[in-house]
Amino acid sequence: MKALVWVEHDNQVVKDATLSAVTAASQLGEVHLLVAGKGCAGVADAAAKIAGVGKVHLADDAAFEHALAENVAPLVAKLMESHDAVLFPATTTGKNVAPRVAALLDVMQLSDILSVEGPDTFTRPIYAGNAIATVQTSDPKLVITVRGTAFAKAAAEGGSGVVEAVASTGDAGLSSFAGAEIAKSERPELTSAKVIVSGGRALQNSENFHAIIEPLADKLGAAVGASRAAVDAGYVPNDYQVGQTGKIVAPEVYIAVGISGAIQHLAGMKDSKTIIAINKDEDAPIFQVADIGLVGDLFKVVPELTEKL
Amino acid sequence: MKVLVPVKRVLDYNVKPRVKADGTGVDLSNVKMSMNPFDEIAIEEAVRLKEKGAATEVVVVTIGVAKAESDVLLTARAMGADRAILIQTDEEVEPLAVAKLLKAVAAEEQPGLIILGKQAIDDDSNQTGQMLAALLGWAQGTFASAVEIAGDRVKVTREVDGGLETVDLKLPAIVTTDLRLNEPRYATLPNIMKAKSKPLLKKTVADYGVDASPRLKTLKVVEPAKRTAGVKVADVDALVGKLKELGVAA
Repeated sequence: MKALVWVEHDNQVVKDATLSAVTAASQLGEVHLLVAGKGCAGVADAAAKIAGVGKVHLADDAAFEHALAENVAPLVAKLMESHDAVLFPATTTGKNVAPRVAALLDVMQLSDILSVEGPDTFTRPIYAGNAIATVQTSDPKLVITVRGTAFAKAAAEGGSGVVEAVASTGDAGLSSFAGAEIAKSERPELTSAKVIVSGGRALQNSENFHAIIEPLADKLGAAVGASRAAVDAGYVPNDYQVGQTGKIVAPEVYIAVGISGAIQHLAGMKDSKTIIAINKDEDAPIFQVADIGLVGDLFKVVPELTEKL
Repeated sequence: MKVLVPVKRVLDYNVKPRVKADGTGVDLSNVKMSMNPFDEIAIEEAVRLKEKGAATEVVVVTIGVAKAESDVLLTARAMGADRAILIQTDEEVEPLAVAKLLKAVAAEEQPGLIILGKQAIDDDSNQTGQMLAALLGWAQGTFASAVEIAGDRVKVTREVDGGLETVDLKLPAIVTTDLRLNEPRYATLPNIMKAKSKPLLKKTVADYGVDASPRLKTLKVVEPAKRTAGVKVADVDALVGKLKELGVAA
């Protein structure tokens, strides 16, 4: 089987999520990559070094600069004439483009897979991760999005892929990029961090969130996350959100501070290796999944913890 | 401009799903079913567009069992949708087939904008809106946190990894809603009473000539691996000790 992996990048560097998709693809067969963007030859060269990669298809055109689904999906669909499967990381870009490709190919997509059980059989979470379904497809071509935390990352070095330019399918003329507001952070990225400190509604306001959660995160070299309640209350921007409707994370250590543990939040973090919960309510559901719990007032406990580390 | 809003009847988000002992699926007998939360946001946005004068009519459509009429379509009309379409079926319909049915509905209704939820909280697929956009050859603004119509274009602010992104789309277009787009209004009792007299069109999958047979076969459904019970520590010093054991603190 020839599997094509969509390389997620910012026209400068390959994003980590791609490496997990490469691992999933390698379980299906021969791995090819697609780098589509503008001025992204450097990305293609870097992608060719990923371990286990064969051909790297490079589509360099202004139409692909911002990965608009309307322009990118026809390109991927065209490449599927010579591939059996296409895998996208289950990031916002992957989720945006992949189903458009699937519909163009008249196949059902397999969303957010957790494992490859066979050439046509996969597991995926349903009901916010409260159930795991094993599904088998009868479609001739596979369109898949891959949950990054469920697959080890392929090595970024050691491969010897060959870069080959592919013809652009052009601009569909339906959409254009109008701007972006990207939150700036000095801390590690949430989805790839080894340690995450997350805050919830109990922080009460934005000032407390910054004053209590961030020093602890900095002490541990951790990324900062938040529950939906904290995001909805405006304590932090929404790209901090961990949960079914936010980011799915699986760090070595996840520290939940003032988070009750609603199923929508647990869906985003319950695959973390070690979960630590700090909450003043000893009956909070978070303690049912926490490996280590501390019942106490976060306003006292967390500053004390930060100081003692 | 007419706005079409597809909605789905799902297990209520407050109910903890239980996996059936025989591994065939999640037990949906005698549990509360409601409108998918993202779809409520879609209706709210459509109704707000109408209130602002940007839309002339809001049509809501669902594909599902007969009970979707009372569980979902009544609520939708009570929230402000003008009329409803029920495409009745007792079978589960996958996103691809839903998109094909919605394409057929769009051909009849000729909406200027279709607003869907970004995903349903039962199958968590996050596919239908994108697939429908592909089948219609329309632009798509997924995971929307702001929607602004200006003439024959719509500006959609999207929630993406790392922040926000704004795209400018040619109408007609597809928008899928993210949680922060708006806060849906409640269906009040008087509005629920009034909603009962708003038009409801009943159709079947066969009426649209769409092959809705599934492409995916669910072999089994299991509960996720349970986490082993943890320990509670007495104080901060004990927690510091644990963090050192884990190697995350020096």
